[in-house]
Amino acid sequence: MTTTTTTSAGSAAAAADGPTGTGSLGTKVLGGLSLVAIALAVVYGLFISAPDAQLGETIRIIYMHVPTVLAAYVAFIITAVSSAMYLWKRNEFWDLLGSSSAEIGVLFFAVTIIDGALWGKVTWGVFWRWEPRLTTSAVLLIMYIGYLAVRAIPADARTRATRCSIVGLVAVVNIPIVHKAVDWWRGLHQGRTVLSTIDPEMDGTQLFAMYTSLVAGLLVFAWLLVHRFRTAYLAERAADLGLDTALAERRLEGSPATSDTSHTPTNTGAAS
Amino acid sequence: MIRDAMLVAAKDLRLERRSKIGLAQVMPFAVLVLLLFAFALDPDRNILRQATPGLFWVTVLFSAVLTLQRSFGVEAEDGILDALRLSGMAPAGIYLGKVAALVVQLLALEVVLAIGVAVLYDTRFIGIPLLIGVSITATLGIAAAGAVYGALAARLRSRDTLLPLLLLPLLAPVLISATRGFEVSLERETVSGWPWAALLGIFALVYLTLGSVLFRPLLEDA
Repeated sequence: MTTTTTTSAGSAAAAADGPTGTGSLGTKVLGGLSLVAIALAVVYGLFISAPDAQLGETIRIIYMHVPTVLAAYVAFIITAVSSAMYLWKRNEFWDLLGSSSAEIGVLFFAVTIIDGALWGKVTWGVFWRWEPRLTTSAVLLIMYIGYLAVRAIPADARTRATRCSIVGLVAVVNIPIVHKAVDWWRGLHQGRTVLSTIDPEMDGTQLFAMYTSLVAGLLVFAWLLVHRFRTAYLAERAADLGLDTALAERRLEGSPATSDTSHTPTNTGAAS
Repeated sequence: MIRDAMLVAAKDLRLERRSKIGLAQVMPFAVLVLLLFAFALDPDRNILRQATPGLFWVTVLFSAVLTLQRSFGVEAEDGILDALRLSGMAPAGIYLGKVAALVVQLLALEVVLAIGVAVLYDTRFIGIPLLIGVSITATLGIAAAGAVYGALAARLRSRDTLLPLLLLPLLAPVLISATRGFEVSLERETVSGWPWAALLGIFALVYLTLGSVLFRPLLEDA
C-alpha cells in the first residue's frame, strides 16, 4: 500500500537530508485500515444490505456518493485553513498541505458529480438535473479547478504559495453563498435532493453500510493526503537540490582550476 | 485609506476618460452580445423577452471580465503595481479605489445595456427601486471579487484565460441572484425580490472585507 517516490535529482543527497519515500508505519496502518473499511463497505453496500423502500437498488450509489462529497468538503476546509495559516505564518508546511488537500478534494468532487449523475440517470432517467446539490457541486468543482490552474503556474515558492492561499480563501467563503443562492433558485421549482431522499429510518444493514463507507471515504482521503503531502514536500526538496547543484556547477565553471568541464549536466527543470 | 482610495479611483477614471477603452470597446461589445443573443434565440418567439434578465446579467459578467482585464492590465505594465506598492498608499485603499472605479464603469455599462434591452428586446422596467438595489449590490459584488482576481492574474502571462476561469464560477451566485431579482422587478415572479438583493449585499460585503485584507499579500508577494 505504500508508495515510494525517488527524487530524480539525486536520491543519495536527498537520503542524507530526509526521507526518500512517502510511506511510514503510520501510513501503512492507515492504508490497512482503509482497505478493511473499503472491503466492509463493498460487502455491506453491494451485497448484504437490503435495497431501499423508495430508492430500490440505487441506494447503493448513495453509499459511495455521500462519503466522497463529505471528504471533498473536508478537503476544501483543510485548504482554506491552510491558506489562512500560510498567509499568517508563511510556513511551507501550510502551503503544501493546502494544495495537496485541494487536489484530492477536486478528485473526490469529480467522483461525487459522476456518481451523482449516474444516480440521476437511473432515478430520473437523465444524467443531469438542476438539482441544488449537483449544481452547487459543479460550480465548486470549477472553482477549485481554477485553484489547481493557479497552482500549476510556474513561480517561485513564496509567490505561488501566496497566490494559492488567496484563491483558497476567496473560494471557500463562496461555498455558503453558492449553497444559499442555488437553494433559493431551485427552491422555487423543486426541493428534492439526493441527500433528503435517504430514508431516515434505514434498517440496520443499510446504516452499517452507510457508516462503514463514510469511515472508508475519510480514511482513504487521509491516506491520500499524507502521501500527496509527502510527495509535494519531496518535490520541493528535489527542486532545491536541483538549484543548489546548478549553482555549484556555475561556480565550478567560474573557477580556473577546475574548468575542465568534467561534470555532468544535472536536472534543474524543477527549480526554474 | 479613504484618501488613497479616492486617488486611485480618480486616476482610473481619468485614464478611462482619456483612453475611452470602456466607451469605445467594452460598451459596443456588450451591445453586440445583445444582438448575438437575438440571432441565437428567435426574437419572434418570446424567448428573448423571457430570458432578458439572464441575458442582461450574462452580458454584464462578460463585459466585467473585459473591464477588469483593462483595469489591471494598465497596472501590470512597466511594473506599476510595484510602484503602487512603494507609493506608501494603504493596500486596502488601493483595492477600494480600484473597486470604486470599476463600480462606476460597470454601472455606466449597465445603464447602456438597460437602454439596449428596452429598445432591442422591448423590455418594460417596472419595479425600479428593486432594479436599482439589485444592480448596485450585484455590481459591488462583481467589482469586489473581480478586483482580487484581476490583481492576482494581472502579472501572469496566462491572465487572459485564467481570469474568466477563476472569476466566473465565483460570480455564479451573483448571476443567479441578480437574474432572479430582475425577474421579480420585471414582474415575472410574484415573490419578494429583496432577499435576492440582500444575498447580493452579503456577497459584496464579504468580498469587500476579504479583498481589503488580502490586497496587501497580493501586492507584496503574488
